[in-house]
Amino acid sequence: MVSNLSVNLCGISLKNPVIPASGTFGFGLELAGTFDLNVLGGISLKGTTQEPRYGNPTPRVAECTAGMINSVGLQNPGIKALVNDKVPCLRDVYDGCIIANISGFSLEEYRNCCALSDKCEGIDIIEVNVSCPNVHGGGLAFGTSAKAAADVTRAVREVCRKPVFIKLSPNVTDIVEIARACEDAGADGLTLVNTFLGMRIDTVRRKPVLANTMGGFSGKAIFPIALRMVYQVAHACKIPVIGCGGVSTAGDVIEMMMAGATAVQVGAENLRNPLACPEIAAALPSTMQQLGIQNLTDIIGIV
Amino acid sequence: MFKQQYKIVENEPVAADTYRLRLCGGSPDGEFVNLEIPGFYLRRPISICDVQEGKLTLYYKTVGAGTKALSTLPAGSHVSVLTGLGRGFDADACKGEALLVAGGLGAAPLYLTAKKLKAQGKKVSAILGFNKADEIVLEKEFRSLCDDVAIATMDGSAGIKGLVTDALMAMNPHFEYFYTCGPMVMMRAVCQALPGPGQASLEERMGCGAGFCYCCSIKTKSGIKRVCKDGPVFDKEDIIW
Repeated sequence: MVSNLSVNLCGISLKNPVIPASGTFGFGLELAGTFDLNVLGGISLKGTTQEPRYGNPTPRVAECTAGMINSVGLQNPGIKALVNDKVPCLRDVYDGCIIANISGFSLEEYRNCCALSDKCEGIDIIEVNVSCPNVHGGGLAFGTSAKAAADVTRAVREVCRKPVFIKLSPNVTDIVEIARACEDAGADGLTLVNTFLGMRIDTVRRKPVLANTMGGFSGKAIFPIALRMVYQVAHACKIPVIGCGGVSTAGDVIEMMMAGATAVQVGAENLRNPLACPEIAAALPSTMQQLGIQNLTDIIGIV
Repeated sequence: MFKQQYKIVENEPVAADTYRLRLCGGSPDGEFVNLEIPGFYLRRPISICDVQEGKLTLYYKTVGAGTKALSTLPAGSHVSVLTGLGRGFDADACKGEALLVAGGLGAAPLYLTAKKLKAQGKKVSAILGFNKADEIVLEKEFRSLCDDVAIATMDGSAGIKGLVTDALMAMNPHFEYFYTCGPMVMMRAVCQALPGPGQASLEERMGCGAGFCYCCSIKTKSGIKRVCKDGPVFDKEDIIW
């Protein structure tokens, strides 16, 4: 029995569903010397904004039980460097699906960055991170209100011909309501979930571990919550879902897909094991055989 | 970068809260290794002190739950190690006599640097600073290798009483280039006290340790750098304290 690992995201064929998540794999090239990137179905690039950003002060990372908190704060070289330098260089060595991840602090910034990404030849999918604070909306994250998330979706949809995925924040009362609002506003797909807002305290110093006090919690510990949200959203929406959150094994990938994900992102696990994605992709065929799965697409949303 | 299983051949206390860990499994390059501790999420970056006959020597302090757990791993057990990480001290940058200034376990990576400098036939002086006599490590090794070694302790229980900068004034070593590793406040004081060129190994909390998560980014005079990948060693002139 030959396993068929390929999946399809809005007409784009991926050789397998394994995608390193944005922020946990740099711009791809950082790991090009460590393994052949072409074993990956897709790569979601580090979150990019209009202007270059240094990000938050250090320390930016804190250890937790079965996970970690980061507050990198969107360090990136800006959209021009992404489309003129990072993506063309990655495209030279990688033939899979390249996903640009766009962040913004205003609708205008989202629109500008997405328009430039849409024109960039090497980019296949545009993933829009709505977890950033809206500087014109009192600092509340776009992704925490259905209206603001829909506003971003509409603004970027107008300037893009490529598939637009909205990456949802889990720090909300009802993620299904926000997912539906994005779908109604024209999103081609959804990625969920982003990190959970968390915090650690250094009890010796009596201070937060992170210089930014709070950050995004991710890692194995969030898998069941992320899976639940993927299940809820995938069953409420018609557009494809990329499942993300705490995935660390081929079994987790299968579970996410059974919950309704068409493809799966691997995030924090890359930080503890830079070879996590190629190892998961390599383990998928035998895991599928053990479970009697021939085509991965057959199990999407089967539960 | 490589991920390999290494066998622990020694994991013993050698000074107060300080362990020497010897691993067998390869002959890695790089400035530090990133070691997985069972039950803990992120790996722990530890500087390489010595590489000899396929054995890797590391020193670590038991400062938190992770390193305490590491200290309980017995000889014979295996650990997952990432190697080939970081940009270390550049022995070639020193054209004449070298000075090494270490604080605490900063002595560990400087020992490997001392070996490289001596292999190039250069004269090497070293100042090793510790809090107390019972924390001293690698003194014998430095003495057998270097031309001049001074010990400083904060409480005066061994060597010169005071900071490494006090020892620096007392020793007044002749050198053209310096290398320093230790607490950030110490390295800042050393870089400010010494007029000549040198290099310092900076400390920052790391995520991946391999340059792709951008958790340990710092601002330098030549732009934003990742401590784990572009460093941890930086030229004195580049560092913004």
